[in-house]
Amino acid sequence: MIDVQGLRKSFGSNEVLKGISTSIKKGEVIAVIGPSGSGKSTFLRCLNLLETHDEGSILVEGKDINDMELHLRKKIGMVFQHFNLFPHLTVLENVTFAPQQVLKISKSEAEREALDLLKTVGLSDKANSYPSNLSGGQKQRVAIARALAMKPEVMLFDEPTSALDPEMVKEVLQVMKNLVKLGMTMVIVTHEMGFAKEVADRVLFMDDGKLVEDQEPAIFFENPSTDRAKAFLEKVL
Amino acid sequence: MNLDFAQLVPSIPYILYGIWVTLQFVAVSLVLGFIWGTVLSLFKIGKIKILRWFADAYTSVFRGTPLILQMLLIYYAVPQLTGVDIGAFSAGVLTFALNSAAYISEIIRAGINAVDKGQKEAAMALGVPYRTMMLKIILPQAFKNILPALMNEFITLTKESAIVSVIGALDIMRRAQIVGASNYRFFEPLLLAGLVYYLLVMMLTLAGRVMERRLAKSD
Repeated sequence: MIDVQGLRKSFGSNEVLKGISTSIKKGEVIAVIGPSGSGKSTFLRCLNLLETHDEGSILVEGKDINDMELHLRKKIGMVFQHFNLFPHLTVLENVTFAPQQVLKISKSEAEREALDLLKTVGLSDKANSYPSNLSGGQKQRVAIARALAMKPEVMLFDEPTSALDPEMVKEVLQVMKNLVKLGMTMVIVTHEMGFAKEVADRVLFMDDGKLVEDQEPAIFFENPSTDRAKAFLEKVL
Repeated sequence: MNLDFAQLVPSIPYILYGIWVTLQFVAVSLVLGFIWGTVLSLFKIGKIKILRWFADAYTSVFRGTPLILQMLLIYYAVPQLTGVDIGAFSAGVLTFALNSAAYISEIIRAGINAVDKGQKEAAMALGVPYRTMMLKIILPQAFKNILPALMNEFITLTKESAIVSVIGALDIMRRAQIVGASNYRFFEPLLLAGLVYYLLVMMLTLAGRVMERRLAKSD
């Protein structure tokens, strides 16, 4: 579904992606892990053009993503570390905004679908609250509902639980697990190793802008083939 | 010390009618200045170099020269060049709109830059087009942040509008001067004019507070 070839990206003189090649199949759940500054987030942000890559190519269903900006963004949903909910809109308006503005569906239709989505993330009772009245975990669940409202084919998660208090991590991971069960294609940048091990089909381990390992989680976590991955896992597990 | 307000009484309606003139003047300048200022601010944060350069140069000129000079240029010099006499009121409105747009564009630019970058990214990731994102996501949040600064600019505009009296527009100030000159008594009409300006500014201040409170409902 997504083919990445020789992806390179620099910020000024700092090369953060040094030739990443991989592919993501439909329905796959991919965990991207690695130390801070290894280029994980940049890699993810390149996939929906929040960053433009310098070299290499990204093909989505055979088409170059540079030629399909808005269309691409309809296909790919994204969840951010800091939620980025729209603070001046209610929870319901946050979820219905893009479907109404971008997909041009009617307000009543959008609200009906939004309420369904809010139910699946367990926040039906918060529909008319403003984001400032929600906990971090609730905000992130709304952000997931907001992304899902566009009916994306792929969901990107950029450290979705890193900004949360520990007791709220579980509720967000639970919502993500439900998505996995529904067969959603997901790319998740995360520091939750237990979660990655449990739900991922593949683990991409990145270090210093390179893709160091691309492995099934069982193998990666039990018996990583590179010293770099071994050292990393020793620190975080 | 001999204040005689009784003598002023017949002229009070004449001066008070100036409120209407001043209000019209301020309202039109405000709306035009706000719209033009918003456009300039979008130029400033936009990607098109020539527009950015233009908006910066524009702001620099209008902030760097006296308002009264700009007004006299527009009122006296433009007819000299073009032969078109636009009248005192229009010349005043034009000057104030063009001038306050320079200040307002800076206020709005700062407000837009203060909106969290994540807001733009979230809107982009949802496929929201630039125009919709600006109008419905970024500007409403920017507006909330800059409301106090904007009210300040509007208050300044209301008070400074008194200088249109220089080119003969019959605003509160001009009327007070006319009454003063015909009665040979300046203190009473000027005091009245001062009171009227003060009340106008107080009303603007109150309106600003009400708006701020309403915008705070999402906090």
